[in-house]
Amino acid sequence: MTHQIIMAGFGGQGVMSMGKILAEAGLKEGKNVSWLPSYGPEMRGGTANCSVIISDEPIGAPTVTEATTAIVMNRPSLDKFEKDVLPGGHLLINSSLIDRKATRDDINVYYIPANEIADELGTGKIANMVMLGAFIKVTNAAKEDTIMEYIAEVFSGKNADIIPLNKEALKRGADCIK
Amino acid sequence: MAKELWKGNEAIAEAAIKAGCRFFFGYPITPQNEIPEYMSLRLPQVGGCFLQAESEVAAINMVYGAAGAGARVMTSSSSPGISLKQEGITYIAGAELPCVIVNIVRGGPGLGGIQPAQSDYFQATKGGGHGDYHLVVLAPDSIQEAVNLVQEAFDIADQYRNPVMILGDGMIGQMMEPVEFTEVKRRQLPEKTWATTGLRGRKEHNIINSLFIDPAACEQHNLKIFEKYAQIEKNEIKVEEYNLEGAEIVFAAYGTVARIVKNAIKALEKDGIKAGLIRPITLWPFPKANFLKAAEMPSVKAFLSVEMSMGQMVEDVELSVKGKKPVYFYGRTGGMVPTPKAIVEEAKKILGGAK
Amino acid sequence: MAVVFEKTKGLTDKPTHYCPGCTHGIIHRLVAESLEELGLLDKAVGVAPVGCSVFAYDYFSCDMQEAAHGRAPACATGIKRVHPDSAVFTYQGDGDLASIGTAEIVHAAMRGEKITTIFVNNAIYGMTGGQMAPTTLVGQKATTAPLGRDADHAGMPIRMSEMLATIPKAVFIERVSVHDVPNIIKAKKAIKKAFEIQMKGLGFTMVEVLSTCPTNWGKTPIEALKWLKENMIPYYPIQNFRTPEEVK
Repeated sequence: MTHQIIMAGFGGQGVMSMGKILAEAGLKEGKNVSWLPSYGPEMRGGTANCSVIISDEPIGAPTVTEATTAIVMNRPSLDKFEKDVLPGGHLLINSSLIDRKATRDDINVYYIPANEIADELGTGKIANMVMLGAFIKVTNAAKEDTIMEYIAEVFSGKNADIIPLNKEALKRGADCIK
Repeated sequence: MAKELWKGNEAIAEAAIKAGCRFFFGYPITPQNEIPEYMSLRLPQVGGCFLQAESEVAAINMVYGAAGAGARVMTSSSSPGISLKQEGITYIAGAELPCVIVNIVRGGPGLGGIQPAQSDYFQATKGGGHGDYHLVVLAPDSIQEAVNLVQEAFDIADQYRNPVMILGDGMIGQMMEPVEFTEVKRRQLPEKTWATTGLRGRKEHNIINSLFIDPAACEQHNLKIFEKYAQIEKNEIKVEEYNLEGAEIVFAAYGTVARIVKNAIKALEKDGIKAGLIRPITLWPFPKANFLKAAEMPSVKAFLSVEMSMGQMVEDVELSVKGKKPVYFYGRTGGMVPTPKAIVEEAKKILGGAK
Repeated sequence: MAVVFEKTKGLTDKPTHYCPGCTHGIIHRLVAESLEELGLLDKAVGVAPVGCSVFAYDYFSCDMQEAAHGRAPACATGIKRVHPDSAVFTYQGDGDLASIGTAEIVHAAMRGEKITTIFVNNAIYGMTGGQMAPTTLVGQKATTAPLGRDADHAGMPIRMSEMLATIPKAVFIERVSVHDVPNIIKAKKAIKKAFEIQMKGLGFTMVEVLSTCPTNWGKTPIEALKWLKENMIPYYPIQNFRTPEEVK
């Protein structure tokens, strides 16, 4: 099984770190992984995206031109990447910030009000984790426990108090997937 | 040691430190900034020295001074910055100094762009600056390979007293992949008895120099350097052959493009077309013999060089194949990356349509 | 028999290629004697430039590197950072230091590189045959300023010592001349002091030495010395611009 994922949004929405967390979790589960960012001026406010591959086989191209899943956090990202999802693939839309629906009917589309949920949890910054929770529920690309194991490593020490918040965000995201 | 997720640029920097590099001189330029940033933090921790120079020109001349003084030293940059370094690089080659130069290539010409490219192939493999000389050019296709090659690069540089270039595209610098810092086998290296350390009791003074005003002496110096290059061509070629048996079409690709080509090869296989790949890992010395051998295989109908350039390595492929089979080119440039799909279509076009 | 004079061990026996009457030979000797007297020959590394003194690596008996045109301060930076206990010097002309190598000298000074720069200013490109230098005086003829330097067209000659003396970590800056014996003695003192300050680790040090080029000035050696005194010194005053408190 090979997951070829595009994650995209505004700079500052945590798209890059969402990808990195997923790649780290994949690695922990013994998979082959790669994380390829878009880089440059768009990091400072424009649209940022990264390509993550998680696979049981050695990874060829680190680029993702045909995605098994796309996670879009804002409208420009939906406009840009909807067409790149493989037929039968998944498209996760942050419905808090995206006012239009997907146009394709050959893919599975999920609407997640990530920012609203994040605000309910107390900080808009955690919207990326809500989306990640929904993503792993849909694809099983990584286990929630593995992601939390990695989060716990990163936020050990004085930032440890935000670990439960991340766990809650993943759960709330997953709850959006029926 | 377990595998860890590393960003290419940072992994390259750490690999250099593991190889005993203790001096780094550089100047900021995208997309390689994580290398100097990482070095600025790490080198002081291991008793080394990082210095941000006033320009790429100054940085490469600091490398010249430090290499001449006997240190393991590295610099990194990206295409426009590497152009600026060319003066220093030819002096380093002329003075026979060992060092490692990393080029995380971006689109050109001129200021170009900042996205991945392979359009510095000519510059890297054919000299780059003035005069007759070569760099040893290593082109990794993954972060793991980059880590291994960087470590070996310092040994190659010291063994032959010649600069070695790591040629990676922006993707190699920016992506993250699992890496294991395994112990790379170290070579037996000669003492740097030629280094300008200060006499410290030595009787004869050492001179680091690339000036030979007498033409006969200058020619002799060139001949000596080229004897060394002959040894490098004999000993140091690295190449990956993939899926060549029974291949109708053989791709030539290096770096990350080779991985994209591998995806295309799998897709072609599903359509009943056998395709193979020759991936030069050393771009200089170029694995000519591998290409010639493939050209003599009856199954092979054509070669297709796939590059992120307007066609540079393709010339070396043509020279290697010696007209025995047709050589085609497909490339994207300016920061655009070829897709497996487009490569598949190109291969089918060459072979005369889908089966 | 008593030895009354001995050539410094800081120079090799190789005959120099300098033109008759050129003052490079004197300046070489002052640098070499200073290193010898300070006991630094064994840990000195010099950097030769591109210009008339390009072959200096053959004349100094210590370890030497030959740098690209203007890059000697960068090269010296690399050497000094690798061997911080060594005595590193650059020996540069006005084209090398004040034209093509301005960035390198300014930034070496800015960083306070613990090196000593010997800046030989003879107001002309000697090696390439008498072209205009950044330090060529207004009205002075050169092969690329056949009617003499025109300030409107080519600007005013650059005063490097004054400029570098504005940089905090350029701790010792002095301009000297070698056109007569009293000045040669003063020049030696300045060079020696610069090396002492370098070895104390106080910062960047430079001695600018006004020098002659009889060949390209089209003068006899004696005329050249006189011309230096009468024309160069008024524009390039002989003085100390900076000395660190610690050695005053």
